[in-house]
Order: sequence, then structure tokens, then C-alpha cells
Amino acid sequence: MNFQLTEERQMLQDGLRRYLGDAVTPEALKAAESTGFSPEVWAGLSEMGVAGALFTEEQGGFGGLGFDLMTVFEELGRAGAPDPMLEVLLAGGIIAALGSESQQALVEQAVEGGVQLAFAHNEPSSRYDIDRIETRAERSGEGWSLTGRKSVVVNGAQADHVVVSVRTSGAPGEREGISLFLMPKGTDGVEIRDYPLSQGGHAAEMVFDGATLPADALLGEDGAAYDAIETAQARATAALCADALGAMETARALTGDYLKTRKQFGQPIGKFQALQHRAADMLIEIEQARSAVINLCGHLEADRDTREIHVSATKHLVGKVARLVAEEAIQMHGGIGMTEEYELGRFARRLSMLDQRFGDATWHLGRFVRLRAA
Amino acid sequence: MDLNFTEEQKAFRAEVRGFLQEKLPQRLSDKVRLGQRLTKEDYEEWHAILNEKGWLAGNWPKEHGGAGWNAVERHIFEEETTAASAPRIVPFGLAMLGPVLQKFGSKEQQQYWLPRILDGSDWWCQGYSEPGAGSDLASVKTTAERDGDHYVVNGQKTWTTLGQYANMIFCLVRTSKEGKPQEGISFLLIDMDDPGITVRPIVLIDGEPEVNEVFFDNVRVPASNLVGEENKGWTYAKYLLTHERTNIAGVGFANAGLANLKRIAKLEQSGGRPLIEDPLFAAQIAEVEIALMAMATTNLRVVSAAAAGQAPGAESSMLKVKGTVIRQEINALTKVAVGPYAMPFVSETLEAGTNEGPVGPDYAMAATPHYLNNRKLSIYGGSNEVQKTIIAKAILEL
Repeated sequence: MNFQLTEERQMLQDGLRRYLGDAVTPEALKAAESTGFSPEVWAGLSEMGVAGALFTEEQGGFGGLGFDLMTVFEELGRAGAPDPMLEVLLAGGIIAALGSESQQALVEQAVEGGVQLAFAHNEPSSRYDIDRIETRAERSGEGWSLTGRKSVVVNGAQADHVVVSVRTSGAPGEREGISLFLMPKGTDGVEIRDYPLSQGGHAAEMVFDGATLPADALLGEDGAAYDAIETAQARATAALCADALGAMETARALTGDYLKTRKQFGQPIGKFQALQHRAADMLIEIEQARSAVINLCGHLEADRDTREIHVSATKHLVGKVARLVAEEAIQMHGGIGMTEEYELGRFARRLSMLDQRFGDATWHLGRFVRLRAA
Repeated sequence: MDLNFTEEQKAFRAEVRGFLQEKLPQRLSDKVRLGQRLTKEDYEEWHAILNEKGWLAGNWPKEHGGAGWNAVERHIFEEETTAASAPRIVPFGLAMLGPVLQKFGSKEQQQYWLPRILDGSDWWCQGYSEPGAGSDLASVKTTAERDGDHYVVNGQKTWTTLGQYANMIFCLVRTSKEGKPQEGISFLLIDMDDPGITVRPIVLIDGEPEVNEVFFDNVRVPASNLVGEENKGWTYAKYLLTHERTNIAGVGFANAGLANLKRIAKLEQSGGRPLIEDPLFAAQIAEVEIALMAMATTNLRVVSAAAAGQAPGAESSMLKVKGTVIRQEINALTKVAVGPYAMPFVSETLEAGTNEGPVGPDYAMAATPHYLNNRKLSIYGGSNEVQKTIIAKAILEL
């Protein structure tokens, strides 16, 4: 048992923290508004080879384990970095798991850095269920024709390639019959509406109206994509929770500094026990969240049931704590904490949107109960 | 990062488990499982079994007769003993006084008192709190005045756990009124049989006289029973409290309590189905289970750092708060789970070997007493509010 980072991960963490501390400037954040990412920060991360930490050596990377993800995403969250790295993990992970030799070239490009990916999976009525897919693909000549709608596809308009989930057989709610396609940017028959997200970044609504794809766009076997999606989403959930943990650490630090410097009634407000106890509660819960992230990252390589129990346990707990930290940090700051100008705001927004991806705290609590009973 | 135990640690766990299978008397584990009362003799029997193996004082170094375990090994031992429903080790001599004597006691004191803790010659209790000194421990008023080779002690201690069994008490007494309150406190060892000592039981809301008041009326204590230096007792007291707090997360107790809760929720019926299938109740169990999973890992992080030689800081305060809140929640859910049979208040049923059988199912009889008794968790050992102030001060440096 050991809770120290390896030397390599320590170096990665130090390097990332230094780089992002310098690179995530107000200008970079401003630049990210129109597309959802900062070209400069994205290029910098590519240069550092950060995406390599998301993939195993076999896949061409140098990491790929749970604690590699934790190391990278905690730092991205700590800096509140405007980047689509999570989409590289999510879509890239699926391609690495299922892709043909030629499709694997995208993973190499992802490791080298720079390629933009997205995973178009959720639909207006799927909410957080992985298997509730209605978008259909039907054989059309040599290739396939897609019909349906994907909702809130993060980085969808920016991605050079989008992994799209569809149903090739069966009914919504069934695990069998889900297939994946690799769709290049600019495919005909795809209507895209791009928009900014509360937490930063962009997403798109994607409507497929007879969009055609060639036969070799199929990713993996026809109808058998569920396991790969669930695995990739488990890893992305771990990464997103680590990101939230980093953001919480920043919110905590900002709040601590504020309590020390802000004076009211003739003394620093941190002298007041009412605020001290709120701060202590926040710290206790952040330690809980850290342990939950460690638990999930430490079980990402375990058998499916063990892994998924930890996915739901951690997403539930971190979801609850993220809400508490965002709300309490604002409360302890007072009005300044609600302003766009002050730094806390964007971290509070980032934290408050954690629940909205891959399942909220209540949804995962229910799932945990069902997994435990199974 | 590696969440797995080493091969050596796994082997140690297997050894502890094997020992418990062989040596833990079923009579005792049955009592613990059902939440029945343990007598003084029960504790002494279990202590003697552990002492024979050299495992009674896991936290003591070998030179003093302890097992010399590091924090991880102690954690494994605690996990296994709580999972096997072994009686707890009474902490006052072993976990509290022992480390203080080893660090601050004289050679003579160590040689005399430590073996007597191990072999059960002495049953210690803790004389810290007073009616006017609870969370504000430094305001103790019990005085000890030097008179030749003796101290003369006057005053009152309270909340003295299992004081009715004890023949010895370690006390914080005031030897000086100069300077700050912390500066005039001394650490004194007192024989409970000395003339002038009166013990009066305090019955708690669970019906148990678990704690006592102890009165001192001109009690003469040999000056050789002073630990360390006069007026330096606060330092020793704080040292003791850190030891008291390291295990205060109570992960083992929480795990055992959760397993018991789930077992009960499977046996109890609600709407014609097992209670555990009620989604709202299942969600409440799940919520506390998830919190416990995270807390157990926080505990391992602290344990692992301690095994590597780092002193625990604000983390032990965090564990105290989180650990006690989780255990109290499990107690509350267990009381809810047993339903109407949480109401019968028949104290005798908690005595093993009486003719008074449980009114309802046997698992129901301890639910309410445990729920009520464990309200103490967030009050003792520095109340949770005191812990939060410690955490905030450590982080805010104000």
C-alpha cells in the first residue's frame, strides 16, 4: 500500500502545474470563448506530450492507468484549463480499444498531440443511460446511413473526428445492437449547432439526416460496442472527478486566502468560528473526495463489477462534494464570489456542472444500490 | 500509488485471522455481535489471551513488551478483530497511559507500571474532564499541593469511563495557578483505593452506568507518582490525545456496524418485502456506505503516512469528525431498520446468561442502546466542534 506518486507521475504533475500556472491567463481564457479551447494552451499541452499519459505503451502512450489519469486531470482542473483533453481520453480510448489498424492512426495522432476528438453518444431522451440509444444506422449500398440526434456533444463542432454511437439492431435500453462509427469532420448530412457551456468549453447538437458513411467507418464489431463504451466512460468519469478535485483545491485555496485577508468588524473574517467551521467542513469533504477519486482510479483496471461500483460510489460522492464546495466557497466569499471578474466564479461553474456529465449524484446513488444488490 | 497490501501485510492479516479463529472464545464474540454487555472479567479474559500471544499492546515498542507494529499492521489488526466481533481492547492503560509513560515517565515508572498494564494487575481509567473542564480541558481545577513526599489532591473528575472497574487513575491536576492555564497542570498517577476517593456512577440515557464521577478529598499521593516534570502535564496530555485520536476514525467498528445494518435490513420486512429492497432505505444505506468507502481510504492514507514516520496533523481531526458522523449515521439507520422492536427497554436482556430473553428478534435489542450511547462519539476526545476549530486554525494559520 502506497499513496505516493511514482517519480514519473510526480514529474508530470510538477511540469503540468508549472506550465498551466503560467499558461492559463485571462487572455487564454478569453481566446477560448469562441471555440471552447485555447489554441495556445492546446499546443502547449501537445508539446509536453501530455496526451501520452492517457494511453498505455501498447497503444503508443506512456501511462494509461487510473493514477496517470488522476495526475493529469487533477492539474487541468486545478488550473481550470480550457482544453478538450477529456474528449481525447473518451473518444481516443474507444478508438484504441476497438479500432482497426488504420483507425489506430488516430490514437497515434492523439498521443503526438493536437488532434481534436469528440464522442457523440448522449441523446435528448437517453439522459445518463449508456444503452438508451435511438439514433439508427442502416446499411446503404456499400456503406451506412445514419438518422437521429445527439445532444450536448462536447467539442463536437471542433473535433476532427467524432465517434458516433448508433443502434444497428434492438431497441433503446438494450445493450446488444449498439455500434460505433468514426465520422470525419464535414461529413454530409450532419447538421451541427455549436454553443458554449457553463463550465467552459463548447458542445454541439448533432442531427443526422441520412448522413452516409463508408463501410470502413464502422468501429469494432457491428452491434457489440456496449462494453467498450462503458469502459471508456468509466475512465472518463474518473478523469472528470479528478478534474473536479483539482478545481476544489483551487476553490479551497482561494477561500482560505480570502478568509485570512478580508476584514470585517475589525478582524480577518477567518477569526469567526461560524466561518471556521464552514471552512473545516469543506476541507473534510474535499479529503473524502480525494479518497473517492483514489478509490476509483485504483480500481479502473479491476473486473467490470468492481470497477462500476467504484464509478458510481465516486461519482456520487464527488458530485455531492463538488456542489458543497462551489456553494460554500461562494458563501464564505460573499458578493465578490459571485462576480464574473473574480477567479472563483469559473471554478464554481466548472464544479457545478460536474453532476451533468456521466450521471449526477442521485442517479449514481441509485445505480450503486442496484450494482450492490446484483 | 498502490491500493494493494504487500505480501507481508497479507500474510500478517492471515495470521491474525487464524489466531482469532483459534483463540477468540465464541462466548465473547457472540456477546459482541449481539451488543450484549461485557463484564470486567470478559475484558480481562480477552486481554490475557492477547497478552499471551504478545499482541495486547500493538502500539508499544517491543522493548516494553509490545508487538511493535507499525500503523498499517495495527490497522490490519483492528480490521480483523472488529470483523471477528472480538471485544475491544480497553484503551486507558494500553493506548493512552502506556505511550505517555514510555515517552515521559522515569525508568522506575516504566519498569513498575508498564508490565502491570500488560498482565492486568492494574485497570486504569482517565481523570481528565471535570464539571468545569470539558472541551476546555486546560481549565481543570482539581488541585495537587505538595506536602513533603506527597501531593494532597482535592477536587472532582467526571465522565470517567469504566471507573467502577479501575484500581488506578491518571489525572490532570493543577499544581500552579501562575501563568496561562496550560502552564500549571501536572500529570499524576493515583490509586483508586486511597482514602478520600469516592466513585459515583452516572447512568446514561442507554441505561448504562458506563461513566462515573470521581471525588478527591485530601487524597495523599506519593510524589514518585508524578509523571515527568511538575507543571508540564499539558504537554503530556496533548501527546496522549494525539494517540487517542489516531484510531478514532473507527473504520473497523463502522464496517462491522454496516454489515450488521445490512443483515438486519435483509431480515426485516417492509411492505411484504425485505427492507433492503425499499429504494429509499437502500439509498440511505448506500449513502453512508459510499462515505465510509472514502473515509476508509482517508484513514489508510493517514495510516500509511504514519507508518512512514510522518506525524498526523489536521488529518486526524478530519478523521475524527467524519468517522464519528458515519458511525452515528449507521447507528441511527440500524435503529430505524429494526422498527417497533427498537422500543422495548428491557435492560436485563443485554446481560448474557439471564433468563430474560429478547422481546423481539435478538438483533433488535441493542439497536437503541447503541444509538443512544454513541451520541458520545462526537462529544468525547475533543468534540467535533473543537476538531473543526483545530482544522481551520491549521489551514488558515490565524
